[in-house]
Amino acid sequence: MLGAGGGTSSYEEIETTDLIVLWGSNAREAHPIFFHHLLEGIDNGATMYAIDPRRTSSTAWADHWLGIDVGSDIALANTIAREIIAQDLHNREFIEHATTGFEQYRESVERWTLEEGERVTGVPAAAIQDLAHAYATASSAQLLWTLGITEHYTASDNVFALINLAILTGHVGRYGSGLVPLRGQNNVQGGGDMGALPNKLPGGQDVADDVSRGKFEAHWGVELNPEPGWHLAEMFDAMERGDMRALYIIGENPVHSEADGAKARRLLGSLDHLVVQEIHMTATAEIADVVLPAAVGWVESEGTVTSSERRVQRVRKAVDPPGEARDDIDILVAMANRLGHAWPATTAEQAWDELRSLSPWHGGMSYERLETLGGLQWPCPTEDHPGSPFLHGRLWEEPRRGPAAPFTPVEWRPPIDELTDEYPIRLTTGRHLDSYNTGVQSGRFRSPRRKGATVDLSPEDAEGLGLAAGDLARVTSRRGSVVAPVAVEPGLREGLAFMTLHYPDEVDVNVLTLDEWDPKSGTAEFKATAVRIEREE
Amino acid sequence: MDLRHLIAQATESERAAVDRLLQAEGFPDLTGTPGRTAVGGRTAAARRDLLLPALHALNDAVGWISEGGLGYLCEALSVPPAEAYGVAAFYDQFTFEERAEVVRVCDDIVCGPYADQLIAGLDGIEVERVPCLGRCEKAPAVFIQQPGFRRTEIAPATPKAVLDGEPTSVDTHIGVIGEPILLARVGTVDPESLDAYRTAGGYQALSRATDDGAGTVLDRIEAARLRGRGGASFPAAAKWRAVAGGQGHKIVVCNADESEPGTFKDRVLMEGDPFAVVEGMTLAAYVTGAERGFLYIRGEYPLAERRMVGAIEAARSAGLLGGDVAGAGFAFDVEVRRGAGAYICGEETSLFNSIEGLRGEPRAKPPFPTQEGLFGLPTVVNNVETLVAAVAITMDKDGGSKLFPMSGAIARPGLYEAPLGVSVAALIDAAGGPTTDIQAVLVGGAAGTFLLPKDLDVTLDHGTEPPLGSGAIVVFDTATDMVAIVDRIARFFRDESCGKCVPCRVGTIRQVEALERLGNGSVERETLDDLAAVLRDASICGLGQLAAEAVQSALDLELIGVRRD
Repeated sequence: MLGAGGGTSSYEEIETTDLIVLWGSNAREAHPIFFHHLLEGIDNGATMYAIDPRRTSSTAWADHWLGIDVGSDIALANTIAREIIAQDLHNREFIEHATTGFEQYRESVERWTLEEGERVTGVPAAAIQDLAHAYATASSAQLLWTLGITEHYTASDNVFALINLAILTGHVGRYGSGLVPLRGQNNVQGGGDMGALPNKLPGGQDVADDVSRGKFEAHWGVELNPEPGWHLAEMFDAMERGDMRALYIIGENPVHSEADGAKARRLLGSLDHLVVQEIHMTATAEIADVVLPAAVGWVESEGTVTSSERRVQRVRKAVDPPGEARDDIDILVAMANRLGHAWPATTAEQAWDELRSLSPWHGGMSYERLETLGGLQWPCPTEDHPGSPFLHGRLWEEPRRGPAAPFTPVEWRPPIDELTDEYPIRLTTGRHLDSYNTGVQSGRFRSPRRKGATVDLSPEDAEGLGLAAGDLARVTSRRGSVVAPVAVEPGLREGLAFMTLHYPDEVDVNVLTLDEWDPKSGTAEFKATAVRIEREE
Repeated sequence: MDLRHLIAQATESERAAVDRLLQAEGFPDLTGTPGRTAVGGRTAAARRDLLLPALHALNDAVGWISEGGLGYLCEALSVPPAEAYGVAAFYDQFTFEERAEVVRVCDDIVCGPYADQLIAGLDGIEVERVPCLGRCEKAPAVFIQQPGFRRTEIAPATPKAVLDGEPTSVDTHIGVIGEPILLARVGTVDPESLDAYRTAGGYQALSRATDDGAGTVLDRIEAARLRGRGGASFPAAAKWRAVAGGQGHKIVVCNADESEPGTFKDRVLMEGDPFAVVEGMTLAAYVTGAERGFLYIRGEYPLAERRMVGAIEAARSAGLLGGDVAGAGFAFDVEVRRGAGAYICGEETSLFNSIEGLRGEPRAKPPFPTQEGLFGLPTVVNNVETLVAAVAITMDKDGGSKLFPMSGAIARPGLYEAPLGVSVAALIDAAGGPTTDIQAVLVGGAAGTFLLPKDLDVTLDHGTEPPLGSGAIVVFDTATDMVAIVDRIARFFRDESCGKCVPCRVGTIRQVEALERLGNGSVERETLDDLAAVLRDASICGLGQLAAEAVQSALDLELIGVRRD
């Protein structure tokens, strides 16, 4: 965000904020712990707007729900921006003081009248106007999003559209106001922060930046490739081209989690060599040449995790891993040794201290401090630094420290998978409270709330198709076809269907989805698939 | 508050009924554009008070609460269906089984003797036996509810009238000892005309009050020693003063949930002099600084409700309610809420919960309503008669004039007005005397006490024996089966106990059981005394606390428990 890949606010800020905008997130089910903070905010008087194609259980908690068309987020954001500017509700002082490119941005949103916004998003103009006014005039506002924003081929542009709104109104860099992407797993944030991104070194430092890279090269005594690596989608492209012949996967199940799953399985199967380091025998591990059983991060390992509010917390080992499973660090060190590098045995704390010496974000976060303070939020450069509950306060300082925040004009593009007479229904995917992603971690446990694999249809579509709850339906996209039992869901409107990815062994939804990906983030278009639905006899 | 959508869909008429209500209440368009916008969260939940009216709308429209209809209003109001179900199930008037109509036949202490014969004449149509319908002077009473917003009151009821669904219009007999004050306009001034009310002296009290100021009004009410006429006899001025001294928003509630068996005085006032009730609420609002008023009227009083709604609308049109009441520089308006068949909702804190869209169970006190009442705000809650008396007192009328609803074995059952301190014998004389020899007289309704013929010279007043209660007087002749009467009273409390507190929930059941054994010849006086003590001491509200009074008094007077042969 604004140059640092993390939410700008602390969880506690949502508890006292004036306005909550929940955009493309079913946090009630997908982020239930965070949602408790959000409910605290509602209880304390915050007003909430929820933007989601579906009337989810999250949106039921919102004062106002805007049922947007799938993939029209930029249109909605630009319409909101235009309305704010047209009504002179933008924060002129902040724009002048802390941003660049406003004029260009203003021109870029000029065509997005309320009427045009309604035409493209399906949301009534009055509701868009209401949200625009509420956001612009709130004393503090939290703008939250999840995969409804990022699982599109326009993912980065979608995020820029939201950032634009925040700097247009000055809702960033102040306590209570911020931009909050919710992370799916307890340590998604930490994975990126530790450099598990093709263009980043640990601590958000750019591979391409000579000074940053030089620091790591000096410390490790090796030369590093200045070119950013491939992200996931590019790796699959490289596999398809035959440029990548071997793959080492740690804790990921792409056979089930990738869009266009049939293709993913074919490409992974065609590799010369596939290594999978996993806690369970996943579908991906099944087709690997070598499987390295790993300790579970939660109770079998020492280390840290980083939450969506950039808070680093300790995790501790409580039990030994079963059988031959080993700690991830042990496996990596052993691997290095076999490859001829004399890496010494390394504890989690030693690895962490090495990171601290190289990452200014984490410099001040000793294990001792993390333990005493119950975690610290980056940036925390030195041991006397209290950590950073929210980011970008510098934008409000007089004089401003650091570079201005740029407006990034973005153009709306419709979903690639077009609705036609042959594929008339928009299928979107998402999550249920009781399950996690492809079910590797959650599917092995029973849940009284588990609904199982279904294709959820609006009452209108179910009736139109002559389908009742429990009937089998065939769902066909331009890429593949699956069969699932029907569930009738009044929270869906006509023409909108929903499935989850939790039960790939029963219904492999990603056979249907499109692997067209966003060039900037590498995220595929999971949320917008055109399908045809028929009765399966 | 997580919603679970119910799959069943509401019918067209159910949707229309709920939509019409919510729109009339200024609720934001609930469906917006279907599938595109919806109001939820706190904004919707803030109108939880519309749950009861919305349930009524469904029930009135189609006669029952269907799953689809319930789901529809739950979505509109952001109320989880399970909670709404819990609320609907609390009230006798709502059912979850489809029905075409429901014929409610009163079989309480006054109408009871007629009920069997009436039901026998109804060709076997299904009826529901219900407690007092508040038309004891015209017994027997029947109340019919039919889909399509039809509610019919029939009293006195004949099989033919019930089968034809024809309302019988017999005016309530009005009698007065001394000067008519509370009943001055009833039966003589057109209750549907604001002009007629003003011509007859209406709204002079409000005008005088705003001229003299709130302090003067309070002093007058206090000097007149006006005490609550609902049955609790609490000094009205003390309530008004407490709320007047409170900070922030305040509320005036008129308790028109008259449900005490044998009591119909508030019904007659609302039917016959509705503007006086509105003026009384406005007067209380002026004195206390309340901006919102609620009239909570029992669901079996459609005519009274219609008259009250009409009076409120007329007053609003004339600027006597609204942003600047009577040009006196204060704002006040009244909303009407209808009960749904629950005696307990006459208890003030149960009434608040009922208005708020919760189950009508009483709250612990303190805090008292004057501190934290409806919606947690300082609240004046007064009985209909109390408010009308306050209007009279403001015009220097005698504040000691009281209404006595009289029914049973007397020549002219009806509503009587007499000064406090009047004797029971004098009231019975005024009502034309007993039809035959008197066996007993019940004073104060089901929560009251019995008198023997030899004791009828006792006078009735606040704070003296027998307790005044609502002022209801029911006369039983020597032919009456007193065991059956006392049993009916005990069953009444058993049925109407809300179940919140154990002493009442269990005690009222045990009392019925002990009385049944009594009917079989065994005298369990000790058990009944123990139950009475527990009910009185440990119940959290007046219902339980008074649930053994009539039974105990019948035992003390040996009206039951002795062989008469």
